Amino acid sequence: MLKIEHLSLAIPAPGGDRQAVSDVSLTLAPGHVLGLVGESGCGKTLTAQAILRLGESQGIVRTAGRVLLDDADVFGMPEPELRTVRGGRISMIFQEPMTALNPVFSIGAQLTEVIRLHLDLTRPAAEERAIGLLADVGLQDGAGLLRQYPDSLSGGMRQRVLIAMAMAADPDYIIADEPTTALDVSVQKRIIDLLRGLQEKRGLGMLLVTHDFGLVAELCDEVAVMYAGHIVERGPVADIFDKPAHPYTRALMHCRPEADGRHKRLPAISGQVPSPGKWPEGCRFAARCPLAAIECSTPVREDAWQEGRHLARCVKVMEVLKDEKLEAFL
Amino acid sequence: MSLLKVESLSKSFTSGGMWSGKRKVTHAVNDVSFEVAKGETLAIVGESGSGKSTTARLVMRLLEADAGRITLLGEDVSQLKGSALRRKRRHMQMVFQDPFASLNPRMKIADSVGEGLRVHAPELNSKQRRAKVAGILEQCGMDDSVLDRYPHQFSGGQRQRIGIARALAVSPELLVLDEPVSALDVSVQAQILNLLSDLQKEHELAYLFISHDLSVVRHVADRVAVMFAGRIVEQGDVQDVYVRPKHPYTRELLDARPVGHPSQRHAAGDEIVRSDEGVADAGCPFRLRCPFARSDCETFDARLSGGEHRIACLHPL
Ligand SMILES: Nc1ncnc2c1ncn2[C@@H]1O[C@H](COP(=O)(O)OP(=O)(O)OP(=O)(O)O)[C@@H](O)[C@H]1O
Ligand SMILES: Nc1ncnc2c1ncn2[C@@H]1O[C@H](COP(=O)(O)OP(=O)(O)OP(=O)(O)O)[C@@H](O)[C@H]1O
Ligand SMILES: [Mg+2]
Ligand SMILES: [Mg+2]
Repeated sequence: MLKIEHLSLAIPAPGGDRQAVSDVSLTLAPGHVLGLVGESGCGKTLTAQAILRLGESQGIVRTAGRVLLDDADVFGMPEPELRTVRGGRISMIFQEPMTALNPVFSIGAQLTEVIRLHLDLTRPAAEERAIGLLADVGLQDGAGLLRQYPDSLSGGMRQRVLIAMAMAADPDYIIADEPTTALDVSVQKRIIDLLRGLQEKRGLGMLLVTHDFGLVAELCDEVAVMYAGHIVERGPVADIFDKPAHPYTRALMHCRPEADGRHKRLPAISGQVPSPGKWPEGCRFAARCPLAAIECSTPVREDAWQEGRHLARCVKVMEVLKDEKLEAFL
Repeated sequence: MSLLKVESLSKSFTSGGMWSGKRKVTHAVNDVSFEVAKGETLAIVGESGSGKSTTARLVMRLLEADAGRITLLGEDVSQLKGSALRRKRRHMQMVFQDPFASLNPRMKIADSVGEGLRVHAPELNSKQRRAKVAGILEQCGMDDSVLDRYPHQFSGGQRQRIGIARALAVSPELLVLDEPVSALDVSVQAQILNLLSDLQKEHELAYLFISHDLSVVRHVADRVAVMFAGRIVEQGDVQDVYVRPKHPYTRELLDARPVGHPSQRHAAGDEIVRSDEGVADAGCPFRLRCPFARSDCETFDARLSGGEHRIACLHPL
């Protein structure tokens, strides 16, 4: 199991550190896909990167909570152990496929380096494994590809190479941060199929960071919705789609253009996500919420509303559920 | 009379060149024709590298075509140069995917948005120009506190509003929008799409709207042109094309859209083995990936034919 427990993170700022993620708890089980959704600037990437302590180099500090990999706290691990976890047991696919590969090294050099870092293989054996991994991600001419440089590959091919690299040491968990955002629909579909195939075949646990509910519908078993640094709703994917309980989740789901909604006005959420350091005391979404009332001005617990494993950080859920489409947004 | 008429536009690029030995010619835009009427939205969709942005830049005359004709408001503008071309630019303006790239980082918003007015409305004094800019920004949902700020102080969505305001300042009839919402998250995307729709109604604007997001296109467009490898392979009313696609490539694109609910999940396909690339050099460019390709596709000239709903395919669906 991979567990994030009550994690809080602060980012460095001129006037002192600012809280950017607060009290986030998530559980990722082997063979499951957990979606982490929210608008730009909500703290998704910060949270995902904290699992491998990747933010530390930019001065991001953990102020509370822990990340447990089978009961061992990642934040308590000595550097050598952390290195074997990174890319070994847990690997990461980054948001920008264009910058995640080094342009001066061949695909082969980069891929075999990762393999040999984690597996005790000779160079030829590592190359053979690399070719196998490339075939797994649908890249047939592996031997030829190993000699090529990132520049000569299309965006879709680069993303596949990155997925192959993430799979290099047969990890138990993958953290994929917007793996398809930069790609067009046809390539996106193939990458989704690929991730799903790998995940099912190898029993991988996957954290999928995205702002696209279409991707969540395609891939996830569980969903956590993040807003202004904390989780506002979470639960099994069917519950979230059938009965979104937090007004923010509803708003986010409805602002995508629908199949038959030609020329209709989209229910946009006005305003924007408050940035770190500017969160209100009470519900952080209240300023943009059509249902906000006086009771929303005091802090709201993550389980203010609960039904089985489905939780929402909102005191107005009964009103939300009454109003199917939440007309207030339209 | 249509506002914009594009006939047999072509552009190729040569890469490689003298030293590396292997020269490669890319037919980025190949014999492309379409029209846009006043107040209408024509969308161009297609995968990465299909030639959408090149088409936009050719229409805007930011790039010189190898062949073809562009007619704007009944006048052939393909050969215009210098000040004659600048005067015509008042009628068509462009909005980019990354508005940051089109805004000068050292220029205040008031000056960036008002830049076009200096050229096209020289009769305005600076106070009048500032008032006009403030009015346009207001229509785009920004108050006048933004006038004296710089681009880096704004979020992606705000910058896109500024990019739209800048294009609108000279009262064009046509906006060429290249992936205007692709870099924005869903909620900001919705705000910008609503804004574009309001502005269109109010000013009877025509849009040439480029996107690879099929849900967005269905939402905004009246007609759609599907591009593949530099050619338009299908063109027609959005409703017709989405409900009854006739070209196998259009079907592939439509099938690739993400689902709306977990219960409609696609079965894990085995298509992943197919390559991302695969454009035929001769005949129908799609035939290497097409499940319905036959031997006659190898010599097909891939020209559009038909009435309102046109396709370039010998074996339509
Ligand atoms: N290294 C950093 N230094 C300072 N601020 C940061 C840093 N990284 C992130 N932030 C800020 O923290 C907040 C959360 O950022 P994060 O990148 O986690 O958002 P996100 O949800 O991943 O957004 P997106 O969808 O745009 O990727 C933002 O306000 C961002 O500006
Ligand atoms: N200046 C250039 N020099 C060389 N090749 C170019 C140039 N501009 C575009 N191309 C090539 O022309 C083809 C079409 O490119 P274009 O940018 O028009 O595609 P697009 O449909 O806009 O793709 P995307 O969705 O990725 O923006 C591509 O193969 C591209 O590599
Ligand atoms: Mg992010
Ligand atoms: Mg483009």
